[in-house]
Amino acid sequence: MIRMENVHKAFGENHVLQGMNLEIPKGTSMVIIGGSGTGKSVALKCILGLIKPDNGMIYVDGKDATKGDRDAFLARFGMLFQGAALFDSLPIWQNVAFRLLRGPLKRPADYAREIAIDKLRRVGLKANVADRFPAELSGGMQKRVGLARAIAAEPEIIFFDEPTTGLDPIMSGVINDLIREIVTEMGATAMTITHDMSSVRAIADNVAMLHGGVIQWTGPVGQMDASGDPYVEQFISGSAEGPIEAVR
Amino acid sequence: MNPLSPLGGLGRAILNLFAVFGRVALFALDAVSHIVRPPFYPREFALALLNIGWLSLPVVGLTAIFTGGALALQIYAGGARFNAEAVVPQIVAIGMVRELGPVLVGLMIAARVTSSIAAEIATMKVTEQIDALVTLSTHPMKYLTAPRVLAALITVPALVGVGDIIGIAGGYTVATQNLGFNPAAYLKNTVDFLEARDIVSSLVKGAAFGVIAAIMGCYYGMNSGRGAQGVGRATKGSVEAAAVLILAANFVLTGVFFSL
Repeated sequence: MIRMENVHKAFGENHVLQGMNLEIPKGTSMVIIGGSGTGKSVALKCILGLIKPDNGMIYVDGKDATKGDRDAFLARFGMLFQGAALFDSLPIWQNVAFRLLRGPLKRPADYAREIAIDKLRRVGLKANVADRFPAELSGGMQKRVGLARAIAAEPEIIFFDEPTTGLDPIMSGVINDLIREIVTEMGATAMTITHDMSSVRAIADNVAMLHGGVIQWTGPVGQMDASGDPYVEQFISGSAEGPIEAVR
Repeated sequence: MNPLSPLGGLGRAILNLFAVFGRVALFALDAVSHIVRPPFYPREFALALLNIGWLSLPVVGLTAIFTGGALALQIYAGGARFNAEAVVPQIVAIGMVRELGPVLVGLMIAARVTSSIAAEIATMKVTEQIDALVTLSTHPMKYLTAPRVLAALITVPALVGVGDIIGIAGGYTVATQNLGFNPAAYLKNTVDFLEARDIVSSLVKGAAFGVIAAIMGCYYGMNSGRGAQGVGRATKGSVEAAAVLILAANFVLTGVFFSL
């Protein structure tokens, strides 16, 4: 289980998180929604330790996320970045098997390559993609490779940062379905941040609405449409009228 | 206007400068500590050796040969004013080995390698590849910085040595083909005149300049701002800082080797 307690983070005068509280039960898929610049990515990076919160506590399975063996902590996570964040200088299979080629999870190169190709197949890519470089792939294919890399070491917790941004609706649907299938199949705890409502409905067990640096509403995805929360309602309807200012 | 405002601005600028020096020094110490602590990344190190050393040979060689040739012409023309044309071999040798070889190679490395390291790492930062490295349990200092700094420490002295030899060869070619020097006498004068200290100082300068060039590239890359402008600023800043620090280090090392 992941728990954020009263997490604050500011960048200069910009107070992005202002006491964020959130719980993600083990084995569930939480989707955080909210407008651009509301701190969704910051919250995610705080959990991973990529950004240090100014205040507050973050626990993973009851343990303080900032203490203990960092490598062992990160080995439990997989992450799909917004722009896939593939390493340009490495062929696709080495991107996917990155964790299996070095560090504590190191495996023989042939075995790591087999796993990489298996994971590429799992995300709908053929084996002949393995020896190509990221720049030779389309945006949708890069996202799939990023997804394959996120699941290559079979992590317990997977983060998805804007998984469908920049993709056409069909490719977005494919990625959403893949995420849902993989999370269910692996029994992983998932946290997704997005402002794409089709992703929310496809991926989420639970939804949290982040605005003004705090979680405004959280609940099961089935209750989202009838939440009664003005922030959630405005976000779902996409209306310019409501508590969320259209011009920020 | 407060009459002390300009002083306040000056004070802030000086404090900022010291803060930058402090950050760079801490970054350099961190980089060096990661060179000696596992895990090591031999593939990254081999690639850095290739990029910094082998692929810099053409630009270093061309720079050195033209500089050596021009130096011979200048010394011959200058020496002719007081009938000292015969010192061309000695002055070319000492000029190339003590000063021009290391400095020009250092500046070429700053232009070619520092800029490329800064642009590559800054782009990785902007595209979240550095964050991706961290989430994949890989320390960016170990994976990106340590192999490049170590490779520069090893290859730049070698490049300086090659540059010294090619520079002297450039002077030799011009002197023997255009200025009427006897080839055997030219070589004998060159070899007889150079001391071990000249060569050691050249190689030590190369090592220092290599480390400066690599660390500046990595520092500016890792601390780049967002977007294309951030990458551009990081690249420009890294080359400026590396060039200035190389020239300052050259002054200090020259003092250490030849004035003390």
